[in-house]
Amino acid sequence: MNNQTAYITGHCVIRQQRVYCNGQLLWQDESAASLQEFLRNGYDRFAGQYPKFHKMDNLCKLGWLAAEVLLQAAPAVDHLPEQVALVLSNRSASLDTDVRYYQSVKDIPSPALFVYTLPNIVIGEICIRHGFKGEHAFFVNNRFDAAQVFACAALLLGSGAATACICGWLEVMDQQYEAVLYMVERKDVEGALPFTADNLQKIFES
Amino acid sequence: MEKLMADLKAQIVAQLNLQEVKPEDIGDDQPLFKEGLGLDSIDALELIVLLQQHYHIRIANPEQGPEIFYSVRSMAEFITAHQKQ
Repeated sequence: MNNQTAYITGHCVIRQQRVYCNGQLLWQDESAASLQEFLRNGYDRFAGQYPKFHKMDNLCKLGWLAAEVLLQAAPAVDHLPEQVALVLSNRSASLDTDVRYYQSVKDIPSPALFVYTLPNIVIGEICIRHGFKGEHAFFVNNRFDAAQVFACAALLLGSGAATACICGWLEVMDQQYEAVLYMVERKDVEGALPFTADNLQKIFES
Repeated sequence: MEKLMADLKAQIVAQLNLQEVKPEDIGDDQPLFKEGLGLDSIDALELIVLLQQHYHIRIANPEQGPEIFYSVRSMAEFITAHQKQ
């Protein structure tokens, strides 16, 4: 693929109780005493009117919220649902929920927890919310691997399997969390950075 | 029956984590699934767990599910009938 044909047209970073979009601090939650509370406050701030959010595990809530912020700034309306791909990654897979589910097994196993014992469920939640039906993948690595995310998204965009790809890093374990999502599109947007592994890494570290 | 239905509504809201629904918002005869409260298949499994945890009732015949879980009233009637056995 000619990398110049794809651009990072938006990005959302959520860490340390702050939400950034395209490098700008959108919201800072000083009041939340836990990740759960922060996510609920973020839902009220950026979304609402989606009761299923409350049933999700923290990984899904974080990914859903990051996608919500990202897509409000960089909507995927110009793309067919089948042409929007998702490529996500993290360190702990669904371990945060796996532990909770394991604890519930000692009594009566919780079906509502069980359905979140795979990390790629967050992709499904984002797709349901926005109607995406494209290709998707979820990788588990010790750290954010910009080269891998770039290679996978570039393959999808370059092969014509997708015209847009939401990709990035989505980590939750206990109270530690971090979301960095990028919207990559095969269209030129004024001021957008070219889609390269270096630019993914620079945004991640910003 | 009224007390049992009120208890069930509170238990359903808690068990299914329906944070934007108040127990009193649920009608006695309101369908719990589809066009009613909009519960899904995972919620159905949670309702089965609810019956086990709170009322020590195991559903022997899964085909009874749609009838038992049609509404809060049908659940209460099932629990009452079971407790009389």
